[in-house]
Amino acid sequence: MELDPLLLSRLQFAFVVSFHAIFPVFTIGLASYIALLHGLFYKTENPAWDRLALFWTKVFAVVFGMGVVSGIVMSFQFGTNWSNFSQAASNFLGPVLSYEVVTAFFLEAAFLGVLLFGRGKVPQGVHLFAAIMVAIGTFISSFWILSANSWMHTPAGVELIDNRFHIISWTEAIFNPSFPYRFLHMAVASFLTGGFVVAGVSAWFLLRNRDPEANRRALSMCLWLLLFLAPTQAVIGDFHGLNTLEHQPTKVAAMEGHWETSTNVPLLLFAIPDQEAQTNHFAFGIPNLASIILTHSVDGEIPGISEAPPEEQPPVLIVFWAFRVMVGIGLLMIAVSLTGLILRRKGRIYTQPLFLKSLVGMIAMPFVAVLAGWIVTETGRAPWLVYGMMTHAEGLTPSLTGPMALFTLIGYILVYGVVFYAGVYYLTRVVRNGMLPEEERETVGDNFHRPMRPLSAAHTPFDDDVDPVRS
Amino acid sequence: MEMFDLTLIWAFIIGFGIMMYVLMDGFDLGLGILYPFAPDEDARDVMMNSVAPVWDGNETWLVLGGAGLLGAFPLVYSVFLPALYIGVFLMLAGLIFRGVAFEFRFKSRRNRRWWNRAFCWGSAIAAFAQGAVVGAYIQGFPVENFAYVGGPFDWLTPFSILTGLGLMAGYALLGATWLILKSEGHIQDWAYKITPMLLALVLLVFGIISIWTPFVNPLVWERWFGNIQLIWIFPFLALACAFIVYRSVKTRREGVPFLATIGIYVFTYLGLIVSKWPVIVPPNYTLWDAASAPESQLFLLIGVLFVIPIILTYTAWTYWVFRGKVRVGDGYH
Repeated sequence: MELDPLLLSRLQFAFVVSFHAIFPVFTIGLASYIALLHGLFYKTENPAWDRLALFWTKVFAVVFGMGVVSGIVMSFQFGTNWSNFSQAASNFLGPVLSYEVVTAFFLEAAFLGVLLFGRGKVPQGVHLFAAIMVAIGTFISSFWILSANSWMHTPAGVELIDNRFHIISWTEAIFNPSFPYRFLHMAVASFLTGGFVVAGVSAWFLLRNRDPEANRRALSMCLWLLLFLAPTQAVIGDFHGLNTLEHQPTKVAAMEGHWETSTNVPLLLFAIPDQEAQTNHFAFGIPNLASIILTHSVDGEIPGISEAPPEEQPPVLIVFWAFRVMVGIGLLMIAVSLTGLILRRKGRIYTQPLFLKSLVGMIAMPFVAVLAGWIVTETGRAPWLVYGMMTHAEGLTPSLTGPMALFTLIGYILVYGVVFYAGVYYLTRVVRNGMLPEEERETVGDNFHRPMRPLSAAHTPFDDDVDPVRS
Repeated sequence: MEMFDLTLIWAFIIGFGIMMYVLMDGFDLGLGILYPFAPDEDARDVMMNSVAPVWDGNETWLVLGGAGLLGAFPLVYSVFLPALYIGVFLMLAGLIFRGVAFEFRFKSRRNRRWWNRAFCWGSAIAAFAQGAVVGAYIQGFPVENFAYVGGPFDWLTPFSILTGLGLMAGYALLGATWLILKSEGHIQDWAYKITPMLLALVLLVFGIISIWTPFVNPLVWERWFGNIQLIWIFPFLALACAFIVYRSVKTRREGVPFLATIGIYVFTYLGLIVSKWPVIVPPNYTLWDAASAPESQLFLLIGVLFVIPIILTYTAWTYWVFRGKVRVGDGYH
């Protein structure tokens, strides 16, 4: 079989960006949570909030560090594998992506150090301010990234002259039609991710009866948050879907497995889409529901996949099932949050072992949902790189050959495999170590004049033969 | 043309960024290259401790440079990266491994050997790849219609292998003189001992490269043996710095060797720039051919002019906080 550089490059980009995305998705939510904990401590002076803030800051440090390392690779991907695209879109993408880098560095230079190492060295109010600024900074970072990405879905504010996009309006390009929905959807996804991780880890501690006071507070707060956020995300997702229906109807049709334009469209619960035959096998669904969701009327008409010629259709099987994974997990999140509300009476959320165990099990779920969601939106755009204007094939680096792309794809998988293994292994050690007892805390705060790097905020040893607390 | 030429401003910013990167990441990559030759594990601790607080700030400049090139000189970005496809991957893989080694070496005992290796190999490969990039830049790239049209290994020639090795030697020299500044006792003695050897190696390799370069690239020949004799000042200043390095090591000065090594770099770099100016994607494209639209350059300039002073202040502050000697047993955490 001939090695296809286009397919391999897409796989490689999907791999490195997915690998990178899981870190910021978590840190964006976590940064806000840490700021909230600092705020609560500032207001109530209750040391439990402080313990939680310190513990989660250590976790934040490791995850942020991993995000930075994997982010370096991202800034070169566009050039190595998509040089025609970077050349064509540079007038917009260059400044926008650079602004993300500029924001990230500004954040790191000015506030991250104070947050990670300033504890006890700067006034409490300043520390709180730094925590809030870091949280805001993570949002500004994702603002730029999502603007760039949304522009590729719904290009606006540009004209294409001689294979190059020229900016007519920065405002229209940056705030392009799908951007507000995508940004909100992603922001809430980050909060959900942070919320479920914190809830899961608190549940894990409670199952072992470690620092029950602080962990009960954390769990209770997270469950209130999730009870509000999980349904909100469903509503935002619905609006995002309607926006997609307007701008990328083929993608929505692929999400629904809906081949021919028609009215009274059912919501398919199960189907095996067959791209070749342009139809579904074993389809099973709820009558009229897709029409109701997408057009808010029982007999609403929804354009089918076949409106686009076969060569302009996305791979329906992937889009269809990734969408179901995302929505399924979303519903599961709502169910867990509601269960929490029911169990809250008589405080059973802190003691009911099955509930706590299921929360631990939910830790990985938001990550899966986020990746599935990205697969839906990115695969559903195929074959377009810039929707309606430039295809993946046109954006590819012309000199790239199959073997080259295969070499780096395998290379990145190996490198990231090692790094990810070391990182997650270390992270689980940090979590297992848990919150330090009161008398040990001074040792952690005293390195303001020590290295100001993210990971050095965590002091847990990497392997077993060092004293677990003091190293 | 506008009131001022944005392309020139951007050329200065990117040029400055590359210089900062080479100098600052240079000495910490150099320490990685010297790692296997260190006299003992104490020396390795001190070597890593001496750069641990600053190395990731140093790599800031690389990421800023990559993103800035896409924003200001997209042609450079979209020709260099495809042409150096394999090399870029190796460099990134090297940088990642060594970055992780920084974090985990101190937190581990049993696995320390492995993190040592990751640190050394990661540094060496990254340094070699960067040197080879310089060589490839001097050679030029086959470009048609604003896209690279050569093969995957065109960049890897005897010449670029030599520039790769040259930069490894140069980084090692920066690392050794940095270690003179930051260490004491037997570790400093070792650094004093290896510096003249590394200096000789650097002079030899840089010398061969300098003589070879005009033959690789006719434009360079024209430039050096044409009418602008003033540019000969750069190689002479570089040689003068090399002499200062040698003298100051003999008289066991502590700060001068490092500063003079920086001087060698600065003047060699300026020499390279005047050799190629204003061609940025050799052999045919100038800075202005490679530039993005003026409104894009301006839009980005505002943010960059805001953030660079902050990064510089922060960098200076970090170096100030961590000034002075690193001692054996000074755990950095």
